[in-house]
Amino acid sequence: MTIPPDSIDVDQVHRDDTSDGSPFAPHDDSEVEEMLAAVGVDTAEELFDIPESVRFEGSFDIDGASEQRVRQRLRETVEQNEDYTEFLGRGHNSHYVPSIVDRISLRSEFLTSYTQYQPEITQGFLQVLFEYQSVIAELTGLDVANCSMYDAATALGEAATLADRSRRADGNRVLVPDYMRDTHRDVLENYVEGTELVVEAFDTENGQVNPETLENELSEDVVLIYVENPTIEGVIEENLTEIGELSDAYGALYCIGSDPVALSLLQSPGSVGADMVVGDASVLGLSTAYGMGLGMFACDEEFLRQVPGRLVGASEDSDGTRAFTLTLQTREQHIRRERATSNICTNQAWVALRTAIHAASLGPSGLVSLAEKCHRLPERVAAELDEIDGVSAPVRDCHHFREFKARVEPDARELAADLREEGIAIHALGSDEIQVSITDVNEHRTDDFVQAITEVMN
Amino acid sequence: MQRHDQTVWNDTDVDGYEPLLSEKGLKEVEIDSALPDDLTRDSLELPELSEPELARHYTRLSQMNYGIDSGPYPLGSCTMKYNPKFTEDVAALPAVSVHPDRDAESIQGTLQVFAELQEYLADIGGMDTVTLQPPAGAAGEFTGIMVAKAYHEYNDEGEQRDEVVVPASAHGTNFASAAMAGYDVVELPPGSDGRVDLDALSAAVGDSTAALMLTNPNTLGLFERDIERIADIVHEAGGLLYYDGANLNALLGRARPGDMGFDVMHFNLHKTFATPHGGGGPGAGPIGVTEDLEAFLPTPQVRERDGQYDLVEPEHTIGKVHGAMGNWLVLLKAHAYISRLGDSGLRDTSEKAVLNANYLASQIDLEIPFGPFHHEFVASAGERDAADVAKRMLDYGVHPPTTKWPEIVQEALMTEPTEAESKTSLDQLAAAFNAVTEEGEQTLAEAPENTSARRIDQTSAARNPQLSWHSLDS
Repeated sequence: MTIPPDSIDVDQVHRDDTSDGSPFAPHDDSEVEEMLAAVGVDTAEELFDIPESVRFEGSFDIDGASEQRVRQRLRETVEQNEDYTEFLGRGHNSHYVPSIVDRISLRSEFLTSYTQYQPEITQGFLQVLFEYQSVIAELTGLDVANCSMYDAATALGEAATLADRSRRADGNRVLVPDYMRDTHRDVLENYVEGTELVVEAFDTENGQVNPETLENELSEDVVLIYVENPTIEGVIEENLTEIGELSDAYGALYCIGSDPVALSLLQSPGSVGADMVVGDASVLGLSTAYGMGLGMFACDEEFLRQVPGRLVGASEDSDGTRAFTLTLQTREQHIRRERATSNICTNQAWVALRTAIHAASLGPSGLVSLAEKCHRLPERVAAELDEIDGVSAPVRDCHHFREFKARVEPDARELAADLREEGIAIHALGSDEIQVSITDVNEHRTDDFVQAITEVMN
Repeated sequence: MQRHDQTVWNDTDVDGYEPLLSEKGLKEVEIDSALPDDLTRDSLELPELSEPELARHYTRLSQMNYGIDSGPYPLGSCTMKYNPKFTEDVAALPAVSVHPDRDAESIQGTLQVFAELQEYLADIGGMDTVTLQPPAGAAGEFTGIMVAKAYHEYNDEGEQRDEVVVPASAHGTNFASAAMAGYDVVELPPGSDGRVDLDALSAAVGDSTAALMLTNPNTLGLFERDIERIADIVHEAGGLLYYDGANLNALLGRARPGDMGFDVMHFNLHKTFATPHGGGGPGAGPIGVTEDLEAFLPTPQVRERDGQYDLVEPEHTIGKVHGAMGNWLVLLKAHAYISRLGDSGLRDTSEKAVLNANYLASQIDLEIPFGPFHHEFVASAGERDAADVAKRMLDYGVHPPTTKWPEIVQEALMTEPTEAESKTSLDQLAAAFNAVTEEGEQTLAEAPENTSARRIDQTSAARNPQLSWHSLDS
């Protein structure tokens, strides 16, 4: 049979599966009838025990659409984003994510499960999280890693409140470096809102901590000293051990902000006296994803009972076989309620799974060579930029990781705007500095980048 | 859970069902860097395996994990419903991943999705404005309470209002979130019908009340029918009314928190809007507020003007609650889900979720107090240990309910089937409940027997914490 073309209502074809009700509720009419009869009502409406005065009779004016239409519409929407090669970093970095990460993490047994309240049927996820904790423990050189916070900023907030709970002496000062990212400091300020803690910034020199300057700020009432390695400017901190000695001398806890790729190469925080490590672990496993993250959190065993969030531990089942379970849950909000060590329930477990797979797929050799690349590439690009008239790079006279600042004239913002015309995004910091992040993700366009700056500056 | 009838390939003789990566092969790499020695570590020791070995390792582990695609997951108050597959493809579009410091002009697509989702959620919640920044439900609670606090401070009542009232049956996160914001928590005892007791409420609120945090329907699955009176009592005392959105799935398109008198609310996108819970996250916990509270929202806020999207700072913003803009990929999935369903799909969701809860409750031979139920109910295991009941249910191939909570029901089994279960699967669930009810204490105490691990010793895990492969007893 041939159907005359004008008799086909294309819209109807697209809408047929959404014109009535949810496509994800599997009931047919006869089942609904049977169920209503079993409950003893005539219509489902009768089950809604809602006073007339607050019933909603209106519409949201949201037209349901077919899967195909929704995908098409959202694709067209997000494709309005300009397609730039990003040389942006400043605390949000990404590396190439191998396909195995997507393919495995999208297995629905992982993706569609929830917190492992029944360990006997969630051994798979628990083991991955145990392995994630183990990788973070190795990288940080600390005993205990939890299996995720939301992001670097909220992890730092939790570190500060841990310090507040664990402080050995009276005190309420949290010291952070002046280079710290504003957004992260802002989150920290909110996290300490319910405590007596006060956040203060200390001066740094040439982009890193000068222990003498820091010591001038120290007194017995400091509960936490926070520094980053690498810093938000990509500076590799040279005085980590001295800072650790100072924090010990004044009875403060010492927290280092970093990430798993940097930690594959740089000094292990445990070896320089750090009590805690926070940072964004999603540099493995996720793209920049508009800042969606994975809060890394590790600490010395001394603070085990104060750790926020979920911990997976090894145990045995009744056959004596090794098995994994969430443990030390008496710290958690569903048991200790207002005395919990944090309010976190849903965290970023699936991102932790992706990070664990990414780390495993690189292995120690791959992690170290990726990290070494993050040191060598920016140094090379900085040297090339330094050859250009009007550019001096890097601004800091020190070692760099992923990122560096460069001084430019006449105007950094104009330069950034000109580069956007070439499809390249960089940070303009004030009127005369730019910051550039080079990793394996934009490595293939570094020659274009140097060339573009050369042309703009001429 | 029945063992799958398939060959299990075990490639080592190490104890345990699937060896740890570290047991399959650790490698220590000496660091030889262009950097000075004193700035680098000496070595790094981690597993080093080939991609085929890793693919098998993780596939095996996935087979040792139960998700909503594996079977029913009626975990009360967690709203574990089916997640459509297409949303993952939307979240994987190349144009989706942008750096959070990109200028607004260059990411109009991302900002449009934000603005549309803000609008959808504001409409669904009956609120005036929504922020998408909080990365989870509890983060939404904390944000909402911080906004309430900023509001009171702005009105010079910050010091005076130092208490948050929370019903005993509320989610534990409510207590913790209020405490994190620096509040004293006043626990509200339940009324005899499982709902808020108005006299107890009147006694609990006053000049020092900053807010009442309420879940509606509450965690017993009961709608707070006196909600307007509750709102009046709280407002007359000068407090704000906070809506915990954990149970919003029961109300979609039928009642809106804003219309009930709530001033601030959070949404659990990973619950109501079917974005996968991912083994415990990521979720997203946007909050909605009335006009009076808009000025205090986190920064930045996405705003549309003449078809252009921009990022603006609310006048008296509390600042930030996440380093960037929250869990963008989760937000995108929620947008896709809502625009797929539309009005009729959203309304049908609550209808089927509520029908399923009431039908399942009618088929279970256990005491189920109170009712009628919205999308969840709490059965009582009576003299039996609810945790043992749950362990035995695992043997019937289903995920059990939330156990031993809320504490106002003896040995609680808090059950939420969601709209995604068919009558057939509800009947199987009921059969599992009823079969377990018939079984002897000994069977329950020894359960489970058909799972990838037998009953796990929680006590020794806590007494002798082994939290990484470095600390495993050797």
